[in-house]
Amino acid sequence: MSGKRIIKSIYPALILVVLYVVITTLRSVKVLNGYYIQVLMFASINIIMTSSLNLVNGFTGQFCIGHAGFMSLGAYGASVITSMVFKNAPAGATIPVYLLGLFIGGCVAAFFGLLIGIPSLKLKGDYLAIVTLAFGEIVRALLRLMKPIGGARGMIGIPMISNLGWIFLFLGIVLYALRNLIYSPFGRAFIAIRDNEIAADAMGINTTFYKITSFVIAAFIAGLAGGLYAHVVGFIQPDSFSFTKSSDFLVYLYAGGSGSLTGSIVGATLLTILPEILRFLSEWRLVIYAIILVVVMIYRSEGLVGGKELPFLRITRKDLYGGTLPQASSAGGKEET
Amino acid sequence: MNYFFQYLVYGLQLGSVYALLALGYTMVYGIVGMINFAHGDFLMIGAVGTYFIAKAFEGMRIDGTYPMLIVGLIILIAMTMTGFVATGVEAIAYRPLRNKPRMIALITAVGVSMFLENFPRALPFIGPNPRSFPTLFSTNVLKIFGATVTVTQIIMIVLAVITMSILYYVVNHTKVGSQMRAVSMDKDAASLMGININRVISITFFIGGALAGISGICYASAYPQVDVYMGSWLGNMSFVSAVLGGIGDIRGAMLGGFILGIAQIFATALNSTFGYAVGFIILIIILLVRPAGLMGKLVIEKV
Repeated sequence: MSGKRIIKSIYPALILVVLYVVITTLRSVKVLNGYYIQVLMFASINIIMTSSLNLVNGFTGQFCIGHAGFMSLGAYGASVITSMVFKNAPAGATIPVYLLGLFIGGCVAAFFGLLIGIPSLKLKGDYLAIVTLAFGEIVRALLRLMKPIGGARGMIGIPMISNLGWIFLFLGIVLYALRNLIYSPFGRAFIAIRDNEIAADAMGINTTFYKITSFVIAAFIAGLAGGLYAHVVGFIQPDSFSFTKSSDFLVYLYAGGSGSLTGSIVGATLLTILPEILRFLSEWRLVIYAIILVVVMIYRSEGLVGGKELPFLRITRKDLYGGTLPQASSAGGKEET
Repeated sequence: MNYFFQYLVYGLQLGSVYALLALGYTMVYGIVGMINFAHGDFLMIGAVGTYFIAKAFEGMRIDGTYPMLIVGLIILIAMTMTGFVATGVEAIAYRPLRNKPRMIALITAVGVSMFLENFPRALPFIGPNPRSFPTLFSTNVLKIFGATVTVTQIIMIVLAVITMSILYYVVNHTKVGSQMRAVSMDKDAASLMGININRVISITFFIGGALAGISGICYASAYPQVDVYMGSWLGNMSFVSAVLGGIGDIRGAMLGGFILGIAQIFATALNSTFGYAVGFIILIIILLVRPAGLMGKLVIEKV
């Protein structure tokens, strides 16, 4: 491995580190206050959510419109671990318990992702979409029924451990993992299913397996994001993960541009910050937001980024073959982006 | 047994609201192929609009109730209004996206829904506060099979059934209806046969909006409180009933609406939270058994 490649493979992480250092410095010199930091944390969590949704909707071509359901499962899973099971853990064990909670939350969500992935064998397109919507609402209703975890009133007193550092760390890991997944042979199968399911099937791709896998991975990441979210706000209730929340993530995804991780980053960041910028409009805020959204969708239907990728979120053939393209693949046709 | 009939009446009442709203979803889906998430908000506009229209006619009340003729006029104005709102939404927001991927239209619909909810909310004379809906129909009480039934409930259910029959007739036995069916089968071929597609789609949205307006009046007469957010969960439930019956099929939407309404009331009698979820549970079960809904035909994708 040449030095150049090593630099190339770590400089995305460097961007996040630099961003983190800049933000903490600005925070310490009081240019940014806690409110801005919180908005940034929400934006980062939304990026994680949107890019996981992107795996299902943008890369595998399935329609999931109940993604907040996975988020709520992750949030509850993680919160139960940190604030109930290990409530009396010693002070030194806070971080391990927190990480365990996030992991368990992700696993709970992934398990339900598996459950909801199974109907995708039989259902296509809009019918699958409505099942995922129904799933999100059923999860919400069931959480409301569970009295030990607060029922409809929600859970309070979740330790607020998530800070910008943790969230940036997980954001980096998730983006790195998704990039490598999507540009691996395994991930190419997802894209093949999106582009033409019948052709993918004919080429020997086990479409069912890949569709369920994409649901499970996306659910795990969404559960992780839910855990992070719960430990930012310290309070969760079933109704904060309603269909409105799911449709928010859909809006981020498609306004940014589906089928590109850059699109998820741009969409989630801009559309999380935009309503905050519009706060001076008070009641008219969401009206203007809605108008901007509709105008963007009409005049730039492919999304703001339009399927393009930033260089560090893309793996080209050149990266894989170290600058010298093998004869077969260069003759093989166009460069895929 | 008394309880059974009582709940059945409530179920039919809620079911008629769902069915009327589901018809709009299913017609729009059948013709344009998009899920119009803003449809529930047409119901809200119908209900909130009726509140203001009824207020304008306040001077014509006799003994605190409106005469039949005025009620008819109010309903007609409200229907026309929601119909035009729906047509306007289609012309401004959905028409430019007709040939784009469906998800794009769906996201636009989410944006439109956000606009329709928040625009009235931001208007100073409407605002976010709930208002109590005026009594349009008689509140006399009848006893049928031991169940207490108000005249309002009977009028609502009858109104819903009549509207649906008219719609069924229009779609199956008139020129506009056959144009609609033609457009839903094949837009390009219909266009070649000289059908003005834009006009047919506008008419469809108008009818869907008008039905949503009636369902808004029905809902608000039964649960007399209107606010700007009432449309979103009703819209979701009606969408579920449209899918349950087989989206794109008019009989399916009616059937799905009534099934869901009745099931929801009976489940709510057991537990209020469960009542909300039962619709979704039924939906998943039915879709697992019949992937295209009760009445829908499964389209086999040919290579």
